[in-house]
Amino acid sequence: MDIHHLVKMANDIGAFFASSPDHEVAVDSIAQHLKSFWDPRMRNQLIEYAGRDDGDLTPLAREAVLLLQQKQRPA
Amino acid sequence: MLSINDKDLGTPARDSANLVSVEVDGHAVTVAAGTSVIRAAALADVAIPKLCATDSLEPFGSCRLCLVEIEGRKGFPASCTTPVEAGMKIRTQSEQLSKLRRNVMELYMSDHPIDPFECKAGGKCELHEMANAVGLVHVRYADDGRNHQHLPIDDSNPYFSFDPSRCIVCSRCVRACDEIQGTFALTIEGRGFNSQMVAGQHERYLDSECVSCGACVQACPTDALMEKSALEKGRADRAIVTTCGYCGVGCSFKAEVRGDEIVRMVPNKDGLPNHGHSCVKGRFAWGYATHPDRVKRPMIRKRISDPWQEVSWEEALAYAAAEFKRVQQKYGRGAVGGITSSRCTNEEAYLVQKLVRAAFGNNNVDTCARVCHSPTGYGLKTAFGTPAGTQDFDSVAKADVIMVVGANPTEGHPVFASIMKRRLRNGARLIVADPREIEMMRMPHVEADYFLQLTPGTNVALFNAMTHVIVTEGLVNEQFVAARCEPHEFKFWREFAAEERNSPEAAERITRVPAAKIRGAARLFAQGPNSAIYYGLGVTEHSQGSTAVLAMANLAMATGMLGREGVGINPLRGQNNVQGSNDVGSFPHELTGYRHVSDSLMRAEFEKAWNVAIDPEPGLRIPNMFDAALDGSFLGLYVEGEDIAQSDPNSQHVAAALSAMEIIVVHDIFMNETAKYAHVFLPGSSFLEKNGTFTNAERRISRVRKVLPALAGKEDWEVTCALSNALGYPMDYSHPSEIMDEIARLTPTFAGVSYEKLDRLGSIQWPCNDVAPTGTPVMHVGEFVRGKGRFLVTEYVATDERTSSRFPLILTTGRILTQYNVGTQTRRTGNVAWHAEDVLEIHPHDAEQRGIREASWVEVTSRAGTIALRAAVTERVAPGVVYTTFHHPETGANVVTTENSDWATNCPEYKVTAVQVMPTARHPERLPADRVIAAATPAAR
Repeated sequence: MDIHHLVKMANDIGAFFASSPDHEVAVDSIAQHLKSFWDPRMRNQLIEYAGRDDGDLTPLAREAVLLLQQKQRPA
Repeated sequence: MLSINDKDLGTPARDSANLVSVEVDGHAVTVAAGTSVIRAAALADVAIPKLCATDSLEPFGSCRLCLVEIEGRKGFPASCTTPVEAGMKIRTQSEQLSKLRRNVMELYMSDHPIDPFECKAGGKCELHEMANAVGLVHVRYADDGRNHQHLPIDDSNPYFSFDPSRCIVCSRCVRACDEIQGTFALTIEGRGFNSQMVAGQHERYLDSECVSCGACVQACPTDALMEKSALEKGRADRAIVTTCGYCGVGCSFKAEVRGDEIVRMVPNKDGLPNHGHSCVKGRFAWGYATHPDRVKRPMIRKRISDPWQEVSWEEALAYAAAEFKRVQQKYGRGAVGGITSSRCTNEEAYLVQKLVRAAFGNNNVDTCARVCHSPTGYGLKTAFGTPAGTQDFDSVAKADVIMVVGANPTEGHPVFASIMKRRLRNGARLIVADPREIEMMRMPHVEADYFLQLTPGTNVALFNAMTHVIVTEGLVNEQFVAARCEPHEFKFWREFAAEERNSPEAAERITRVPAAKIRGAARLFAQGPNSAIYYGLGVTEHSQGSTAVLAMANLAMATGMLGREGVGINPLRGQNNVQGSNDVGSFPHELTGYRHVSDSLMRAEFEKAWNVAIDPEPGLRIPNMFDAALDGSFLGLYVEGEDIAQSDPNSQHVAAALSAMEIIVVHDIFMNETAKYAHVFLPGSSFLEKNGTFTNAERRISRVRKVLPALAGKEDWEVTCALSNALGYPMDYSHPSEIMDEIARLTPTFAGVSYEKLDRLGSIQWPCNDVAPTGTPVMHVGEFVRGKGRFLVTEYVATDERTSSRFPLILTTGRILTQYNVGTQTRRTGNVAWHAEDVLEIHPHDAEQRGIREASWVEVTSRAGTIALRAAVTERVAPGVVYTTFHHPETGANVVTTENSDWATNCPEYKVTAVQVMPTARHPERLPADRVIAAATPAAR
């Protein structure tokens, strides 16, 4: 899927949760939103992209995507 | 004329706890204080002759037919205008009364054919019934006296005619237009013998302000105002109660039928959403159901460039199933999916999502609510715990302040608008927030206190500024918040709301709404005592749609405007079953009752009931399906009742995605735009041809009953079952009631719903279960569904869709009364008399700058594409904003809309598109300019 579109969507989600008073809560909320509402193929593509992203993802969104990656890893 | 078998009690019911006992012709009866004598008599099964009285209208006392005798009183009072008093003894029959009534009737009949065979209603009109009731057999006055028989018939309305020679000037039509509809389009002109009912300024009906709701036709006691369909087909022999298939008001109707033909649709007096009222669509625009364009045979083709081939149901279903299996085998289980529709019944939507989850084995199912009210679901569930409106429609009668945001009720939800207008005429205050002037702002006896004409895309800034006023001016309902809301989140939100950047002065720079107006509106809302919010797609279809819903929830919680009658947050759902299709699991991340697919305990219940494993991961949403089609991972789609090629944004992108798919099955009643990309066409059934239920905007589940045989031989639920069976997943239901029983077994909020109960109660508002066995009119009473209400910080984030020197204007969109969504139905009815074409509304300043004249052709160009349509120059839109409707496919409004979407739900940002508008010479051959403009903007007059 168009990665630029996915990045924009992730950044938009990040923009909403950015106002959370607690940074960790914000990161977790974004990751949880992606997990709850995004099809796995979209999540996986974004996770794959986050590893090589050179600044398209906002720092908050990138942090959330990396957290999502951790959460998705089998225990 | 009332529906066949309707009993008319003469005057409306009175709402009083005090009871009064009287005697009517020796029969004791006890009624609420304030009840009229005629109604009390009717409740005692004593019929008093009447003409000007009817129980949908306030008493008028003009016909002098309902005279009675009351012990201890002089004369013969009119029973319609006389309220009961304790111990009253009423006599309805006496020699003197009979003589008086016969004389009155004789005068009426002197100007009206006494022969019932000359009556267009076949002698079944109230006038002839009353002539019989009073025993009038002969009229003494000569036929050659002065009369009104020469007056011409007004046949201009496509659906009904007015024959003034049959009018008895009882004013029921005028009063219906005033009291019920609130349009005030009719009047009695002249005095004495010259009195005559006229529309507008003595115009033809079609040229007047009449909105063709049909209230006057229903109220008429004679054959003066008659439906053309009834004149043509005669009197019906039976009536079947069903639910309208148009907007989210979900009006109850009686479909009057003669043989296998519908004679007319009459609004059901007992219908709780509409209380016997209707609009031009539900009442009259049902002819599409038997339009020649209906597809009646299944069709297939290997490539979309091939011609369609009619085949048997078996062959079409086998071909579709084989193709879905082939695609899944080649590209993976997740390469196919389905789309349900808000046009379909709950049972049908449930089956489509079941087919996707059980037969396809994934969660790639979505519904058209994705592109309208999905932010409502996200926002209200997050804040309150339930993704649905908080009130019933009748709640508005208890509201003191009504705030209408991003909605145009008189056009989009006209029957509810009439209820709302009645409350406004009785003194409620009105706040309108919209980029464009709407009719409700100034109507007979109603004027908005505040019109907050904000720039499209700035709702959140406006709501934040209103809450800033509430927080900083000590208007928070501290008691409510302390008792009902999460304290930690409220504290943080309160600090956010109080920040200077959320002040009305700061918001003025963003919204263009003067700060003083924002302050005034916020104070008025907080003051209540009962303030209610009603909103539409002008809130949700934005990049911050979900944020805006959350911001309204903050506003309502902060002021304590939740949990009782007269308050609440009320989404006006666009289509008939938006609420229901969402309730029954149409979203890719939720099963029925809004429970996430990752919930293993809940999923296990479905797995046991369906005998299949369910994917615990969410599937693709509609916009994601298009993106996935273009990257080659989603190549098969079953679409029921939804024209995605026309209704979804950025049409070129959608067309490319649909062209990339290898199997598209369209299940619809007409060959729509999406079908151009389809390989299988399964003919659908209209709402008149099937059984099921719809759930309206107030969570009210109502029965849809089969009125006509299915034209293509199968009801839609049967088609989905057959497709599932062909795919190898058995679905075996013999009636939709069994599907509802399954939904009830698996869904706690529907646990008490059954067809038997629906038939018994008429309708049910969910939640309906052991706690609320007859349903729940008002939600969150005492406690929110999630426990404590949740305040969330709603930072305003400007949309990425910015104006520029290339695209200096903002295009926003909306609906018009007489057309419906993409027009699939209404364009195939007489409603084209009012709106034959979409037009672009543009402010005179912007038009002047560009050399655009009224009715001239203009080209609208956005970053996504270009369309052409005619201009309507009007101050209804602000400078810098242009507006159009999207009812006609040739307009292609979605060619210009972009793929920007709500951050939480992917609901498209239809309401904000940066465009340039310039004159063009395109399409000079279409409709005459005067007709188009006059027809397109009736509400602007």
